[in-house]
Amino acid sequence: MRRVVVTGLGMVSPLGGDVETSWKNIIASKSGAATITRFDASEYKCRIACEVKPADHEYGYDPGLDVDHKIQRQVDPFIVYGISAASQALRDAGLDNMSEEERLRAGCSIGSGIGGLPGIESESLVLANKGPGRVSPHFVHGRLINLISGQVSIKYGLMGPNHAVVTACSTGAHSIGDAARMIAMDDADVMLAGGAESAICPIGIAGFAQARALSTAFNDTPEKASRPYDVNRDGFVMGEGAGVVVLEEYERARKRGAHIYAEVIGYGLSGDAYHVTAPHPEGNGGYRSMEMALRKSGLSLSDIDYVNAHGTSTPLGDELELGAVKRLFGDNIATMSMSSTKSAIGHLLGGAGAVESIFCILAMRDQIVPPTLNLDEPSESCAGVDLVPHVAKERKVRAVLNNSFGFGGTNASLIMKAI
Amino acid sequence: MSETADRVKKIVVEHLGVEAEKVTEDASFIDDLGADSLDIVELVMAFEEEFGVEIPDDAAEKIATVKDAIDYIDSKQ
Repeated sequence: MRRVVVTGLGMVSPLGGDVETSWKNIIASKSGAATITRFDASEYKCRIACEVKPADHEYGYDPGLDVDHKIQRQVDPFIVYGISAASQALRDAGLDNMSEEERLRAGCSIGSGIGGLPGIESESLVLANKGPGRVSPHFVHGRLINLISGQVSIKYGLMGPNHAVVTACSTGAHSIGDAARMIAMDDADVMLAGGAESAICPIGIAGFAQARALSTAFNDTPEKASRPYDVNRDGFVMGEGAGVVVLEEYERARKRGAHIYAEVIGYGLSGDAYHVTAPHPEGNGGYRSMEMALRKSGLSLSDIDYVNAHGTSTPLGDELELGAVKRLFGDNIATMSMSSTKSAIGHLLGGAGAVESIFCILAMRDQIVPPTLNLDEPSESCAGVDLVPHVAKERKVRAVLNNSFGFGGTNASLIMKAI
Repeated sequence: MSETADRVKKIVVEHLGVEAEKVTEDASFIDDLGADSLDIVELVMAFEEEFGVEIPDDAAEKIATVKDAIDYIDSKQ
């Protein structure tokens, strides 16, 4: 099997319009949460979110750097974020100007959990209020989930596999895992892989709140709301943004002298076969996905120094994931660190697994693990696990595990190691 | 420049993201301003909205340049 490495990173997050700004803020324990500005949420049960900040903000995002004005107007923000993150990643890898021969072997696997919800909502109102003749001709292709991959392939002439995963909050991790397999199986030499989301709109916030998934007890102190593993956690905080990595066949990357961030060595996936929103009561789905990734990686548990947890800050989910991790790691739990960066940037849904995989890679690069914010009072089951409360921690990081679990009972785990 | 022309050009600049200087009356939406057929559908909708006119499909198909749009709108007002 061909080996697959990461040679480029790109990101748009609530803490920065690029990878390094986001990472610097994550390590500095900053929070991207605030009162919702996209619409008037004052009558909503949940009035907070981790929005991507405008360009004039201290850590804002400028879509104009990589996305044409016309496209920005025609498509939903998740596509704009995805194009930006993909563009950054290609430049970082030094692959934004490939030959035709190379581009025939380069593809995209960039998905989303929900897709263009804000645009579906607003055009439905146009349809209801003004009739069918006023619906945008760009409505369909401006909302479809595979249109990040579509737009990016057109922008950069990438003629290899064009794929888009849709597995709710596991999308980003599945995208990277599936794309790595496409390279391993010789379908492509280079893949842009990741996920994006932007569902902070009235129907998105109302829908997740009605499913009892969002935090509602911290509307007046938004930066305290995302608190994975803390006894007072009461749901997740919606985030938005995109993460995209460049995956490349190892020999190709080595020959061209590319900077290699990490090798993707393990990918596991499973289904809970239990409930549409609640995780399996013993965390069996997550356990099996981690176990499969570990088996594929050929590593021992003692090699894994850092776990970026799914850890969304929901009462049930955090507990069950923690239980599954403890069960898998056994005595090795004592030497690893595990944290949830969702405490800082909220839950990016379909973008989460990709953004968090990038944080895992940077933890290996900088030998520092990001903190779990707001972990003031860990729940009982946290005993004996280093959850990196409040502040980042310098430590040895040789190999990392990233977990993502989604509605429908879909689980993905990725293991990467430094090379 | 007529008031119609001003308003048409403003809509074209906004929708196509092109520089105002490029939007001359002779400019072709597709050949000079980078529009595709769906962009023209969108522009026609925006003209209908702005000027309160109906532009039926057969008339819309004949609108190729900025001047075509201005002339059609003026003829209906």
